[in-house]
Amino acid sequence: MQTLITRPQNEQVFIEQDGYEDHFHEHHEEDKYRSSFITKYIFSMDHKVIAKQFLITGMFWAIIGAAMSLIFRLQLGFPAEDISFLEPFLGKWITVNAEGTGKLSSEFYYAMVTMHGTILVFFVLTAGLSGTFSNLLIPLQLGARDMASPLLNMLSYWFFFLSGAVMFSSLFLSTGPFSGGWTAYPPLSALPQASTGSGAGMTLWLVSLALFVVSVLLGGINYVTTVLNLRTKGMSMWRMPLTIWAFFVTAMIGLLSFPVLLSGFLLLMFDRGMGTSFYLSEIFIGGQALDHVGGSPLLYQHLFWFLGHPEVYIIILPAMGIVSEVLSVNSRKPIFGYKAMVYSILAIAFLSFIVWAHHMFMSGVNPFISNFFVIFTLIIAVPSAVKVFNWISTLYKGRVRFTSANLFAIGFVSMFISGGLTGIWLGNSAIDIRMHDTYFVVAHFHIVMGVAAFFGMYAGVYHWFPKMFGRFMNETMGKIHFWGTIISAYAIFWPMHYLGMAGVPRRYYSFETFDFTNQFGAMNAFITIGAFVSFSFQMLMVINFFWSIYKGKKMTTRNPYNANTLEWTTPIEGIHGNWPGKIPTVHRWAYDYGKFGEDSIPQYIPVSDAEREADKAMVH
Amino acid sequence: MTILIVLICLAMLAIIVVQISRVRELSAAIRGEDQAARRRTDRNGVGFLAFLIAFLVLTIGSALYYRDSIIGYGPWDSASEHGGLIDSMINQTLFFTGIVFVATHIALFYFAYKYRETARKKAAYISHDNKLEIIWTAIPTVVMTYLVVGGLDTWNQVTADVPEFINEQPAQIGVNYNEIEATGYQFAWDIRYPGADHLLGTKNFRLISSSNSLGQDWEDTKNHDDFIASEIVLPVNVPVRVRITSKDVLHDFYMPHFTVKMDAVPGMPTYFVFTPIITTDSMRNRLRNEPAYQVPYDETDPEAGMRWELFNFELACAELCGTGHFSMKKIVRIVEQAEYDDWRKEQQSTYLASVRNTDEDPFKGRPVQVELDLQRRTLVSNLTNAVSAVDSADLVVRLDNVTFETASAALLPVSSFELENVVGVLQQNPTMMFEIVAHTDNVGDSGTNRILSQSRAQAVADYLRKKGIPASRISNVRGYGDSKPVGDNLTEEGRAQNRRTELVVVPARPIGATTQEL
Repeated sequence: MQTLITRPQNEQVFIEQDGYEDHFHEHHEEDKYRSSFITKYIFSMDHKVIAKQFLITGMFWAIIGAAMSLIFRLQLGFPAEDISFLEPFLGKWITVNAEGTGKLSSEFYYAMVTMHGTILVFFVLTAGLSGTFSNLLIPLQLGARDMASPLLNMLSYWFFFLSGAVMFSSLFLSTGPFSGGWTAYPPLSALPQASTGSGAGMTLWLVSLALFVVSVLLGGINYVTTVLNLRTKGMSMWRMPLTIWAFFVTAMIGLLSFPVLLSGFLLLMFDRGMGTSFYLSEIFIGGQALDHVGGSPLLYQHLFWFLGHPEVYIIILPAMGIVSEVLSVNSRKPIFGYKAMVYSILAIAFLSFIVWAHHMFMSGVNPFISNFFVIFTLIIAVPSAVKVFNWISTLYKGRVRFTSANLFAIGFVSMFISGGLTGIWLGNSAIDIRMHDTYFVVAHFHIVMGVAAFFGMYAGVYHWFPKMFGRFMNETMGKIHFWGTIISAYAIFWPMHYLGMAGVPRRYYSFETFDFTNQFGAMNAFITIGAFVSFSFQMLMVINFFWSIYKGKKMTTRNPYNANTLEWTTPIEGIHGNWPGKIPTVHRWAYDYGKFGEDSIPQYIPVSDAEREADKAMVH
Repeated sequence: MTILIVLICLAMLAIIVVQISRVRELSAAIRGEDQAARRRTDRNGVGFLAFLIAFLVLTIGSALYYRDSIIGYGPWDSASEHGGLIDSMINQTLFFTGIVFVATHIALFYFAYKYRETARKKAAYISHDNKLEIIWTAIPTVVMTYLVVGGLDTWNQVTADVPEFINEQPAQIGVNYNEIEATGYQFAWDIRYPGADHLLGTKNFRLISSSNSLGQDWEDTKNHDDFIASEIVLPVNVPVRVRITSKDVLHDFYMPHFTVKMDAVPGMPTYFVFTPIITTDSMRNRLRNEPAYQVPYDETDPEAGMRWELFNFELACAELCGTGHFSMKKIVRIVEQAEYDDWRKEQQSTYLASVRNTDEDPFKGRPVQVELDLQRRTLVSNLTNAVSAVDSADLVVRLDNVTFETASAALLPVSSFELENVVGVLQQNPTMMFEIVAHTDNVGDSGTNRILSQSRAQAVADYLRKKGIPASRISNVRGYGDSKPVGDNLTEEGRAQNRRTELVVVPARPIGATTQEL
C-alpha cells in the first residue's frame, strides 16, 4: 500500500514553505513589543503571560477559598471542639467563652460561606479556568499571533486583579465581609440593618463584582473576535479543536449574561444608596418600618439567575473542551462524534438561557411559570448525555495513556455523570420541593461544577504545563494528586446527598437546634476530615506546580504528546507572536489520530490526493 | 500546640512525598522510560478497575445504610398527602438515573482499564457513528419526556391553590380546609390563626409596633378574633392553606417531614397547601420500633424520655436570612380534630387580650362584635349553668354589660346587647323563674343608694317585660343598695365589683338534689 501521508522531514522548514505570511516580523526588530521587565512580566500584552497571570491568581484565590471552607467545615464537623488556636488569625471572629473554648462566630461562619462561594465561582472557576485556558489556547490553537486586542486582554486581567484586591480588602473590615450568601439576595443584601456584613462588606462585594464583570466582558469580546477573525489559513470553524469551540461559546454566553448581572447589581446599589425600591417592599426591620414599597425581591433573583445559570456553563464548558482534547490526544483516537459534540455545546449554551428560574421554583414565582423551566431544564440532560457517551466512546478501542492530565479527564467524566444525574432530580420542580436548599443541592453543584470543573482545570494544567513553562510537572505527584482527590472529593460530597434527602438545610451554622438535623454528627465529622485530606492533596499540587516551574523535567521536543493541534508547532521557549516565521497553514481537523495506521497527523500536514481517495473509500 | 505538631507533620509529609516523587522520576529515567511507563500504566489501569468496584459498592452500600434516615423511606413515610406523590417521583427518577449511573461508570472505568496503553495495541480509528448518536439522543429524550410529564403532573397537583380560594368563596374556609398564616422575621416565625370567622384580618407593615408584632389593622374586625399561637397545631387529614409572609428579609417556610417549602417574601404573600396525614402521637408510635429512637433524648437527663417519646415535627427556615438563620424553630403538632377544637378554645384573641380599650383600639369605648359574641357566649353559658345549677352560687348570673349613667336608673344604650341575649335565653327556657337584683357601691347616702338600685333593677325588669317576658316569671325585683358588697369598697376595683346587676335563677327543685332523687 502506498503511503497516504507524507510527513515533512523538518517541521520548521515545512511551515516556512507552506505557512501563511502575515508580514508580522518584517517591520520590527527582534521584539515587536520592545519589552521591558514590566511590560514582559507585569503589564504584559502577551496572551501566554496573561494566561499564566490568570492561572496563578486563580490558584491564589483557590487556596484562600478552600481554606475558608476548612474553617466553616470545622464548625460543622466538630462544633464542640475548641478552635481558639485560630484566634491569632481570625481575632474577634472567634468567641472564647468562660471555659476557654473558642468558637467560630455565626457572623463569620456566614461570611466564610459567602466568600467561599463567590471566590470559587467567579475568581477561580470563571477567571482562573476560562481566563487561563482561553488566553493560552485560543491564539495558539487557531494559529494567531495573539488576541485580537492584546491591550483589552491585558486590561481584562488587571480588572480581574483589581476586583480581587477589592474583595480581599473586604476580608479585613471590622464589620466583616459580606455574609448573605454568594447569590446576595435582597433584602438581606440590601439592608445593613439586616446583617453586619451587608454594610461596607456588601458595598465592596458589589464594587468587586462590577469590576469583575468588566474583566469578563473585555476578555469575552476578545475571545469571540479572535476566534471569528484570526484563525489561520485553512482553519475553518469545523476544523477547530473542541477546546476552542468551548471557549468561543463560553465567551458568548458570558457576553450575553454578565451585563444582566451588572444591571441587577446596579439596581441593588440604587436600593442600597439612593433610596429606590426595585427590590424592597413593606419591610419592618430594626424597630422601624422602611419607606420602600412596590419593589420585588424576585426581580433580583430573575436578573441574578439570568446570569447565574449560564454561569455554571461558563464554568463547565471550558472544562468540557479541555477534557475532550485531553481524552482524544491520550486515547490516540479522534474525539468520538466531533460534530455531535459541537452541536451539544451549542444546544447547552442555548438552553442555558431559558432555564434560569429552576433556581426559583420555591421562591414564590407563579407555579405555572415553573412548567416551562422544568421542560427546558430536563432537556439539557440530552446534550449532556450525548457528551458523556461520546467521551466514553472516545476511550473505546483506544490506546489510553495515563498521564496525570488524562487521569483527571477520566475523573471529570465520572464527576460529570455523578453530579449531572442529580441535576435531573433537582430540575424536576416536584422533587425540588423536597430537595431545594438542602445539602442535596450542595452535593449536586459541588460535584458537577465544582469538582468536575476543577478536574477539567487540572487536566488542562498538567497537559499544557510544558507549553506554559517549558517543563513537565512531576507525574508521580500528579498521580498521587489525582487518586487522593477523586477519593476524597467523593468522600466529601457523596454523603451530602443523604443529608439532603433527610431534609438537612444548607447554610446552617449549627445543626443542634433541630432534631431532624441533629442526627448526622458522625457523617459531618467524616466530611470535614475528608475536606482536610482533600485540601492537603491540593497543596501537593501547588507544591508540584511551583517546584516544576523551576525543577521539572525539561521539555526536549516541541510536540511531547504527538498531538495534532497547532500549539505544539511553536518553539519550546514561547515567544511573543508565537511562531518565529510564518504561521502554519491548516489542512485538516484536529483529530486525525490513528487514521490509516498513523499514530497522529498534525493539522498542518496537507491532504494528498491519495488520502482523499482513501477517505472516500472509507465513507462508502 | 497539637495543631503546631500537626502542621509540622504535614510539612514533613509534603517534603517526603516531593522527595519520593523526584526519586521515582530519576529512577524511571535510569531504568528506561518505556518500562517504567508501562508499569505505571498497568497500575493506574488496575487502579481504575479497583476504584470502579469500590465506588459502586460504597455508593450503593451507603445508600442502603442511610435508607431509613431519608424522608420517604422506612419510618419516614411522608407525613403529608402530597409527599407520597413526590416520593413516587423520586423513586422513578432514582430508577432511571441509577441505571445510567451504574452503566456509564462501568463503561468509563472498564474502558479506561481495558484499553490502557500497551506495547502492541494500536488505537482504532473510529471518528463517529451517526446511528449511535441518534440512539443515545433518542433514549434520553424519551426518558426525560417521561420524567417531565410525571413531574409536571405532580407539580401542578401539589402547588394548586384550594379551589374555594381560587373562586373567592371563603365560605368554605374552616369546613373543607383551614387557613393559617406564618410570618417570618429575624429570627423566628409568628403563627397566626383566624378566630371563629375562619378569616384572617388584614395587616399593614406600618402598623407594626411592640404591642402589634404583625401589624394587624384593628379597624378590620376580622382581626379581632385572630390569635397568635406559640406552636403550630393542626388537625390530621384536613387540608391547610398556609399563607406565608415576611416582615424583613427572605425566609422559607420549611417543614421537612411534610415536604412543605415556600419562600416568605416581604411585600408578596405566598402560600402552600398541604394535608397532614399522621398525628404526632402516631408518628411517635411508629418511631418506637426504631432502634435509633430507643435511646434517651438527652444523654445528660435520661429521665426526660426516649427519643421516640419526645419526637416532634418541626418548622425551620430554608432561605438564608442572616446570622440566626439556623435557629428559626417552631414545634408542629398534628392532632385529632377533637383535640384541635379543644386547643382552639383555649387560645385567646390577641385583640381582646392586649389591645381592647387601650389607646391603640380604634373601637375604644364602643362595642365590637367579637366582644359582644364573647359576652353572649359567657352569658349563655352562665345562664345555662344556672338552670341546672348544683351550687347556689351558680344561680347568680352577673349582667356585667348592663350599665347605667352615674346616679341614674336610665339604661345606657350598650346594655341592650346583653339584655337581648338574656331575652334569648329566657325564651329558650320558658319555665324558668328568676329575680332581678341590683347593688351599688358605698359612695353617697345609703338610703339614696337603696332607692337607686331598686329603680335600676326595675328598669331591667321593665325592659324584659317590654320584650315579651311575662311578668309572672319575674318572682322578685330588688335593690339592695350598698348592703351586700362583694368587693372592698375602699378600692376603685372593689367598688366596681360592687356596682352590679344580677339575674338570680329560682331553682325548680332544691339545690343539691340529683335527677334520680326526683
